[in-house]
Amino acid sequence: MAAPKPRVKVPKSASAGEVITIKTLISHKMESGQRKDKQGNVIPRKIINKFTCEFEGKPVFSCDLEPAISANPYFEFNAKVMESGTFKFTWVDDSGDVYTHEQGIEVK
Amino acid sequence: MQVTRRQALGLSAGAAAFMAFAPAFADEAATEKMLKEFTGGKSPGSGKISLKAPEIAENGNTVPITVSVESDMTESSYVESVTLLADGNPNPGVATFHFSPMSGEASATTRMRLAGTQNVIAVAKMNDGSVFMDKKQVKVTIGGCGG
Amino acid sequence: MKNRIILAAAAAVAASGMAISVVSAEPADDELVIDGEMTMVTRTAAPKDHPLDEVMSGWLFRTPETRALEADSFQNPGMLYVERGEEIWNTVEGEAGKSCASCHGDASETMAGVGTAYPKWDADAKRPINLELQINKCRENNLKAEAYKFDAAEQKALTTYIKHQSLGKPVQMDLSQGDLQSWWKKGEELYYTRTGQLNLSCASCHEENNGKYIRADHLSQGNVNGFPTYRLKQANMVSLHNRFRGCIRDTRAEYPAAFSDELMALEVYVTWRGTGLSVETPAVRQ
Repeated sequence: MAAPKPRVKVPKSASAGEVITIKTLISHKMESGQRKDKQGNVIPRKIINKFTCEFEGKPVFSCDLEPAISANPYFEFNAKVMESGTFKFTWVDDSGDVYTHEQGIEVK
Repeated sequence: MQVTRRQALGLSAGAAAFMAFAPAFADEAATEKMLKEFTGGKSPGSGKISLKAPEIAENGNTVPITVSVESDMTESSYVESVTLLADGNPNPGVATFHFSPMSGEASATTRMRLAGTQNVIAVAKMNDGSVFMDKKQVKVTIGGCGG
Repeated sequence: MKNRIILAAAAAVAASGMAISVVSAEPADDELVIDGEMTMVTRTAAPKDHPLDEVMSGWLFRTPETRALEADSFQNPGMLYVERGEEIWNTVEGEAGKSCASCHGDASETMAGVGTAYPKWDADAKRPINLELQINKCRENNLKAEAYKFDAAEQKALTTYIKHQSLGKPVQMDLSQGDLQSWWKKGEELYYTRTGQLNLSCASCHEENNGKYIRADHLSQGNVNGFPTYRLKQANMVSLHNRFRGCIRDTRAEYPAAFSDELMALEVYVTWRGTGLSVETPAVRQ
């Protein structure tokens, strides 16, 4: 299994004070801990349990995830941008692994 | 048991009828408990929050859901968080969104798993501590080739 | 569990007195435009000698929510596998020290349209060859790498990536190659042969009853222009032969092996039935 790979969609530019829409998707099985393997053993839970979006270090949006979130977690949310800067996106795995992605926006 | 094609196809109508009467496998106590923990015991008001979910989900594995809350989203008045619960899943918790004035709008979309036909509940908590709730039943089609 | 549901449903049927009624719903009157830019052909006049007048994409038989997932290439989870496929395309593997890209270069140029024309005739093997088998042939002969096992994650991702390079282009097989015509004929026979305890043929559902519901499922024409397809049930890419086997299993019959003569013949015939529809890979289905 390849390492989870984030995809992020942020507009390249916006005007000051504009509310933009951000979309994120990451490849992840979101193993719920509810399933059993062929031998009848419970497959241990392994999910992304936290997603955060920050802009220049300040929190914009975050989510605590439970196993009821579908495989390949998708989020769509908004951000109000006042100046150019960089968004940082972080996904935290039950395994302790952290996947990050950064994307800038130009504000005119 | 021999099932002819006509009978097999006829089951579709029956399955639809059956689903309508299917009991929810809700653990109401667990849902109530999580709701209370989130609201701090306050009874949620209606309005302000709106939950968008399909009336019938084609597959319970991937059900798109959008929640939005009316708010100015300013430093003095904003939505702190929204929690999503599903009362017929093995565990009612689905997700909790945290917003800030920098969110601009208190709206979020994700995709969730539903183990069967059940209620999806969204509760918003404002920065002044007030809480609002919306609830939608989502019918999940079970059986057939995609079930 | 399954039996219980069927019995309960049968009881509901008896109670409601709708024993042999069939719920019908028209396919959606909707247009598939990917990212608001690329209009897909989801309805078109059937090719000559086709039993139906119009061929329709399975997209038209899905709910608005499922249709929306495919119409936005960002929301489409299948695109994750397209990206994975691109990595594989560029990864050197095997004793020859080559990647797909070593010979074929930029897939967006060299593979454009390729996915519309499979299965083709393989003169070496004297049988039809589909994309999965073509990839394996390339791996063994040119990369000197091991062939992928059926439905290996890499096989699905790479097949998805290559087929995606034909997104929006119409399915157009060349049946004049080699002996394809007789495989087409064999596939047609299989399409109309009833199998399994439920005694269903492909045609029972997808030709005679498309647009109706079988239990909770809205039956499509069973066209395969979107394969490999992202299926919400598996939350993963599903290959065509996996779906063939799933369908046959649902009739409660034993199913043939992937890439067997039976399923290759069926792939030739069923692909032809969708002639003119746009390649939708990765389509999103229930």
